[in-house]
Amino acid sequence: MSDLLLFRNNADFTKTLNFKMPASRYGDTDGSGLERCFMSKVEFRNVNKSFGDNQVLTNFELSVDDGEFLVLLGPSGCGKTTALRILAGLEDVSSGSVHIGDREVTSEEPKDRDIAMVFQSYALYPHMTVRKNVEFPLRNAGVSKDEIKSRVDQALQTVGLSDLGDRKPGQLSGGQRQRVALARAIVRRPKVFLMDEPLSNLDATLRQQTRADIAALQRTLGTTTLYVTHDQVEAMTMGTRIAVMYQGKLQQVGAPTDLYHRPANAFVASFLGNPGMNLIRGSVQGGAVRVAGSVVSTTNLADRSDVTIGVRAEDLRIGDAGFACEVVIVEDLGSEVHVVCQSAESDRIVIRQLSATTRPTVGQTVHLAIDGATHLFDAMTGERCEG
Amino acid sequence: MASKQRRLAGRTGSYALLTLLAFIVGFPLYIIFAGSLMSLKEITSVPPSLFPMHPIWSTFRDAFVGGNLGQYLAVSFFQSGIIVVGQVLTSILAAFAFAYIQFPWKRTIFVAMLATSMIPFEVTVTANLQTVAALGWSETMQGLVVPFLATGFGIFLLRQAFLQIPKEMHEAAVIDGYSSWKFMWRVAVPLARPSIAALAVFSFLGAWNQYLWPLLETGSNKNIQTIQMGIRGVGGQVSTANVSLAAAAIAVAPLLILLVFFQKHLVRSLTAGAVK
Amino acid sequence: MAKRTTSLPTAGVGVFRTKRDRRIGLALTLPSLALFLLFTYYPFFKNFQLALYRAAPFPTLPNKFVGPSQFFSIFSDAQFWDSVRSTVIFVGLVVPIGVFLGLLMAVAAHQRLKGIRVYRTIFSSTVVSSAAVAAVVFSTLLSPVSGYLPSIGIHAPDITSSATWAMPMVAIVSAWQFVGLAFIILTAGLQSLPDDLLEASRVDGASSWTRFWRIILPLLSPTVFFTLIVGVIYGLQSFGQIDIMIGTQNSTFTHTNVLIYAIYRFIHVSADPGMAASYSIALFFITLVVTLIQFRILEKRVHYGQ
Repeated sequence: MSDLLLFRNNADFTKTLNFKMPASRYGDTDGSGLERCFMSKVEFRNVNKSFGDNQVLTNFELSVDDGEFLVLLGPSGCGKTTALRILAGLEDVSSGSVHIGDREVTSEEPKDRDIAMVFQSYALYPHMTVRKNVEFPLRNAGVSKDEIKSRVDQALQTVGLSDLGDRKPGQLSGGQRQRVALARAIVRRPKVFLMDEPLSNLDATLRQQTRADIAALQRTLGTTTLYVTHDQVEAMTMGTRIAVMYQGKLQQVGAPTDLYHRPANAFVASFLGNPGMNLIRGSVQGGAVRVAGSVVSTTNLADRSDVTIGVRAEDLRIGDAGFACEVVIVEDLGSEVHVVCQSAESDRIVIRQLSATTRPTVGQTVHLAIDGATHLFDAMTGERCEG
Repeated sequence: MASKQRRLAGRTGSYALLTLLAFIVGFPLYIIFAGSLMSLKEITSVPPSLFPMHPIWSTFRDAFVGGNLGQYLAVSFFQSGIIVVGQVLTSILAAFAFAYIQFPWKRTIFVAMLATSMIPFEVTVTANLQTVAALGWSETMQGLVVPFLATGFGIFLLRQAFLQIPKEMHEAAVIDGYSSWKFMWRVAVPLARPSIAALAVFSFLGAWNQYLWPLLETGSNKNIQTIQMGIRGVGGQVSTANVSLAAAAIAVAPLLILLVFFQKHLVRSLTAGAVK
Repeated sequence: MAKRTTSLPTAGVGVFRTKRDRRIGLALTLPSLALFLLFTYYPFFKNFQLALYRAAPFPTLPNKFVGPSQFFSIFSDAQFWDSVRSTVIFVGLVVPIGVFLGLLMAVAAHQRLKGIRVYRTIFSSTVVSSAAVAAVVFSTLLSPVSGYLPSIGIHAPDITSSATWAMPMVAIVSAWQFVGLAFIILTAGLQSLPDDLLEASRVDGASSWTRFWRIILPLLSPTVFFTLIVGVIYGLQSFGQIDIMIGTQNSTFTHTNVLIYAIYRFIHVSADPGMAASYSIALFFITLVVTLIQFRILEKRVHYGQ
């Protein structure tokens, strides 16, 4: 509670930033600042990583532009954290190379990579005060005493912890600890920020607030940021681009809305959105997309006997026409109703309805028509079929 | 590239340090086995052999025949076995009572039992010798083992293990009508097996290596002297260094086997109370 | 971090509480209780009684009641203070050597390297060595007759009979034995440190040196203290090495006559249970003080950290 208040009092986080951090390295628009901009591009070139027999990253290629906020998104165990740790130098690659700016850093020590990392657990040093925690990277870098003081003051002010410098992490709330971790990262003015699910230990309200704060902070500092999360809401709201990963492979990289509206494959389609996109077996005949005989949409694709049709829950209508399926669950969420159906063509089809409409009953057979975008994926590979 | 070399150098340095430390710590143990196969000449020459070029196995025969090690070994296995079984049993019973049963004087008895670990056995040796004598157990096997059949540490360790069993297990058992006795043997003890194994390994190590009590209690009765007494008999004389080392090798071998196969259990018992 | 307290059993913890269960509960503790009463508490208090009697000049005669004067007389007895001094020197050698080496090994072995398990087993191995086994192998290694010392350039006389070397020698043997235990405890402590913290310090640019002094050692300090205490208690109880390597016949035994060895001599050589009991009481109080310090530190640790 008090935590939230503090955050608010401390100002409009972003406003403080604009005022107090004029000398941000990348915010500078003079020549030298700009030059550095191009140096903090991040690249994974054909990185493979395995732990014993377990291949966790396969031919991983990713390029993060300077100043970009890129979110690595995927279910747990997809390799996103491993990719981040490889970039941090905490994990070796099995093959391939990693580049920061125009420098290959594949076998550099973490300390030589000019990066800062925010850990999921925050990893604050419990025996040091907040101030000592934030100082730590600067002292290691041999920064002069006066400069340490001013930079730490500034960092603490930025995250709104100026008054708590003498506390130990054990005396802080979860939200405050999270901000100490942020301060420790920004104080270094590194080329790249790495964040490993930094919000997962906060409660829902605080998470929402901090989400906006971190995004604003990143925009102000303009520092290239790689952010790992399994939470698609974080990904959609924070990232300039999202890289979706699954089973050690990169599935798609793009702006949040691109991913949502033009998923590159069936996995991305079903993973993004809440609920995820429905996947229904169907066919294409003479420009007509059919499910169980009935035409649901049109396409300019050539004929295929087997295709996976992707359609969002809000684009399905229950009516007299369309393909038949059986209602198995009806969930009333208040503002809307989710009707879950089953048919020979799909184990699970979710239809989103507004509460007002008449709702079907469980066991009833209904007919579904598509009223919106239809996505077609190859039934075998799951790849998007382009017309 | 330069950083790759640096990493390689760092790794090489790590191995160099580890190997140096392993040499310092492991050399005496190595020499027990290597030396037991060397001739006296190999041991006394300057520099001495580091590896038995012509292994002599007769040292072990001398240790067994001349040093009568076979009997000492048998006594030690018997004495340690009884102590392990006794400590495990008494600890299970008491620890279970403290973890799961409400009974009068529980708190007082528990504190009294934990407090025993603050009284080192060495402090009670003098009076215990008299007690054992009064019981007519001087220079007997009973006198050797009975004083060690209970352990405050074991009770502590097993009580912790019992308390870690989810409460639901216990509630389910009570609903199913298990008596406390049945619950102990059918549920609690099987679930606490790792800690019981840890206690058993720890007890064995302690019992096998006992020195002061066997020395004073067994007196002149050679029939109940343990392997440590056996080494004491042949030990320390350089004139028969290889035979002494062979005896030491025999005495330490069972424990090394224990270390290799039950390292996890041993570590668990040795660090109980050390971390968290 | 869970609060580490030895929670005392209170009413409400036990769930079996029928009349029959209450009897069973008491019965289950009886075997341990009887053994503790007979072999721990009775002899412990018996010490105080024994200390009141002076040994008769011949074993056949009854011991003479002299009251508490005998116990208090040990404090004005030079031999007692010699024993205390030897004990302090002995412990003062064993503990720092053991803890330092143990810490060095634990830190060196706390990394992901091929074959690290072999090193860990070697480092732990001395924990299984008995006092007698250690004494035998070191007697051989340190003997002037064997070739080991001369081959590294040390031409010492028989150091078991050297007043200067007797004590350091037995201390080295005990330290060697203790190193394995110290390594095991400190390794467990290191492994309980969150990986995140050590990784964070690497990302924060700390050198290995800084990492050890500023992060690892402060976080490990409760475990280091614990190891120190275990070492002191271990040292106070070391007996077999001294018995085998020095022995009563050897003239140097006065230099290694630590408290526990003095007790042994009172029992075994001079058959004087009164003095043995008096020394035992003194040894108990020394151990008690050390144990209490340990409890204080453990208590402090509960409030430490996150």
